Amino acid sequence: MPLRGKDSELWHIFAQGLADNATLYHRQTTFEMNRSLVTIADHSREKIEYLIRMAQEFERRPNRLILQGRIVATLFFEPSTRTRLSFETAANRLGARVIGFADPKVTSGTKGETLKDTIMMVSNYADVIVMRHYLEGAARYASEIAPVPIINAGDGANQHPSQTMLDLYTIYQTQGTLDNLNIYMVGDLKYGRTVHSLLMAMRHFNPTFHFIAPDELAMPTLYKDYCRQWGIKYVEHKDFDADVIAGADILYMTRVQRERFTDLMEYERVKDRYLLKLDMLSKARDNMRILHPLPRVNEIEYSIDDDPHAYYFQQARNGLYARQAIICDALGISLEDIQNDPTIIK
Amino acid sequence: MKRQELIVSALDHGTVIDHIPCDRLFEVINLLHLDQMTSKVTIGFNLKSSKMGTKSIIKIADRFFTDEELNQLSVVAPNVTLVIIRDYEVVEKRPVSLPDELHGIVHCDNPKCITNNEPMQTFFHVTDKQHGVIRCHYCNHEQDIRKVKLV
Repeated sequence: MPLRGKDSELWHIFAQGLADNATLYHRQTTFEMNRSLVTIADHSREKIEYLIRMAQEFERRPNRLILQGRIVATLFFEPSTRTRLSFETAANRLGARVIGFADPKVTSGTKGETLKDTIMMVSNYADVIVMRHYLEGAARYASEIAPVPIINAGDGANQHPSQTMLDLYTIYQTQGTLDNLNIYMVGDLKYGRTVHSLLMAMRHFNPTFHFIAPDELAMPTLYKDYCRQWGIKYVEHKDFDADVIAGADILYMTRVQRERFTDLMEYERVKDRYLLKLDMLSKARDNMRILHPLPRVNEIEYSIDDDPHAYYFQQARNGLYARQAIICDALGISLEDIQNDPTIIK
Repeated sequence: MKRQELIVSALDHGTVIDHIPCDRLFEVINLLHLDQMTSKVTIGFNLKSSKMGTKSIIKIADRFFTDEELNQLSVVAPNVTLVIIRDYEVVEKRPVSLPDELHGIVHCDNPKCITNNEPMQTFFHVTDKQHGVIRCHYCNHEQDIRKVKLV
């Protein structure tokens, strides 16, 4: 029977309410989907600088309750203790609760559940999902299907944007700027995901890169083409000594891993050539800082740890502030909210 | 008089696919499932072409292709010419070039790509149409269009 009079009016109001809610939900989900962090290459110069300002606020006041009542899920389909602890500490220091898994063996993925099903299920519980996955493109796919924002904590050999964000923050912190710097990258430049992401993110800031690596682990052509495409200057070196280091503002060391070499004789020949020793810093600029994504094995002599140029442990601590900024940004919390935050714990 | 050319009867309704590279002809036949067609199909192989040296051509009666099929065709044989005929008239003639995006058409050659491990559609950006370079939307691996495998 068709509705008449008041019934019809009420029905119209009810239906309009549903439509408004649907529109609101659509706006919210669309908005949140766009807040995912999948790759640093998506970020403009302004966005990077904005996140750096947020991280500065968290460095000054890291303990707050701004995320009280929020739930952060950390889904580690591939174990990574360091990254997981950093994200969980970031969430906990802001008052959020954390759910998730650190070991993929405990998930239904081992029973054949798809990534989509896991992500959709967790989206019902959490406000934001931090995920690490062994498959490349997993975070991009998750960000397209999830109704909550996704933060990529590493997807195979593809992207690791929170590491890049903390590297950028550290460079800014030590140099006072990201512009016009001489950045020296040393070690495994072929497989090193961190150096590739850093290279792409720095395209906004007119850097000069210096690549120092054995032939087997040289910077891939793809990234050298990228430099040419964006007008980024780069120089390749074979030697690694005090004279080469003398021009550096940032010395970004990476681990040369034995398993990367097809020819083990080649590994034995080059493994000590890319070791940083204390006497190699004799001509270094005062502002030069040594960074390393860690873990370090033997590529930086331990005696360097006490040298003022060493900065890798502070760099790791910056991961906390950078990730606090990344989580808040994904949840739609602005720099202004953080600056005027009444929940700071003194 | 000696006959120099093969005479093929004109199409009243249907599609002509011209300028197919000869080494791609049989892939095109497989892709469009021409072996299963009941209508008239004429295939010319190793024909002279002023543009290409040699070319192949296919005339298919009473069959018109969807955009999805044409996108697949553009991957297997880039830059063919499509001619649509109705009532003996050429109503459309245009090159079939690679689209900017390929959805669900080719496999990603990276075994660690999410698209090879999850029930989902592949998605490629065509980054260089001239040299036929495509990049996976998910894992960012680049591939040569001439070496791709179709889904």
